[in-house]
Amino acid sequence: MTTRDYDDVPGTYVLDSRSYRKGYHLNMFLMTLNKAENREEFAKDEEGYLSQFKVTDAQRQAVLDRQYLELLHLGANVYYAFKLVSHDRKPPQVMYGKMSRPELSFEEFQEMMLSGGRPIEGNRYKDESNG
Amino acid sequence: MAKIIAGMGTSHVPGVGAAMDNGKTDEAYWQPLFTGFAPLREWHKNNVPDVNIIVFNDHATSYSLDNYSTFTIGVGEEFTPADEGWGPRKVPQLKGHPELAWHLVESLMAEEFDMAVAASLEVDHGCTVPLSIAYDQPDEWPAAVIPLCVNVIQHPLPTALRCYKLGQAIGRAVASFPDDITVGIWGTGGLSHQLGGERAGVVNPEFDKRFLDNLTADPEANAHISHTEFIRDAGCEGIEMIMWNVMRGALNDKVNEIYRFYHIPVSATAYGAIILENNE
Repeated sequence: MTTRDYDDVPGTYVLDSRSYRKGYHLNMFLMTLNKAENREEFAKDEEGYLSQFKVTDAQRQAVLDRQYLELLHLGANVYYAFKLVSHDRKPPQVMYGKMSRPELSFEEFQEMMLSGGRPIEGNRYKDESNG
Repeated sequence: MAKIIAGMGTSHVPGVGAAMDNGKTDEAYWQPLFTGFAPLREWHKNNVPDVNIIVFNDHATSYSLDNYSTFTIGVGEEFTPADEGWGPRKVPQLKGHPELAWHLVESLMAEEFDMAVAASLEVDHGCTVPLSIAYDQPDEWPAAVIPLCVNVIQHPLPTALRCYKLGQAIGRAVASFPDDITVGIWGTGGLSHQLGGERAGVVNPEFDKRFLDNLTADPEANAHISHTEFIRDAGCEGIEMIMWNVMRGALNDKVNEIYRFYHIPVSATAYGAIILENNE
């Protein structure tokens, strides 16, 4: 597969042609949650609603389990994943914390940001970080 | 002739809009931010143009994987705040400026910028939050708006240089518009931030400061930052800063920096704002 010169940036998922193709149906499902009537349908029967879309079993399970980092691995883009955390009426920091490694609670993520954010030092290249 | 009076750069974090819409601006978390907005709002109160060109990006709202354009100009009579997943923001409709918008399309196409044209464009926080930052909570927005939507999400993206050149062409287009109107141009998004992945929450104040310094004094330097440099040093979503290059390109070579404000955090983002006036 074609490589990109940002592939060595740790813990980072760029929406390029590779994730576009892998995550197409997943992201298009997430996109439907922009509409109130769809959010109602999804809330009533998540699995039934998901069955309308050509998502893989792994993608379906990651949605049902709210495994946000796994969703990114399976091709979701963070702005599309945002629809899911909004649907759950949770602040986005819940999702950011769940994706972080080590995983952070809402409060821990807030605390990290309030103390200046995650430092760039040590987080530019895969070989210098745990990402 | 039409005239660009100033450019503004501002982040467009959705949480800022939510804090205002839900009356939370007095909370300790938001206080420093809204204190920093005060001088900016004062400037805007005294410098309302006829039209603001707002350079922003859509966040999986009106555009998604099934259909995406690199640069889109809104030519409609009005634009509606969108439902992004939590219901539309209760902010005024945006009134468009079809005359200037079409003039931009025609001028830019003649300069080989192949613009997409949208009459109906539901605008998300990328466009409405900057309006709220500048104008607070009015019954209607004081100026018309031309939304200019840039793809900064779905790669390949336009380069930072292309964005700067687009801004320069917008500057020429406004200058050739025959009506005597005043125009503001806003670049939105950024500054350093990353929302997704194990590295979520990464910010880089040094990168941001250099970008803001160069915006005033050496905009060409910002036009030569590569996508990978943005992703690596300013976070995956920090790449939104290329939209500030559109704003800067539309201004004169020499500008006066009127105001600058920087604050961490807003949600997972380093917030930045700047106001630049043309130095004639």
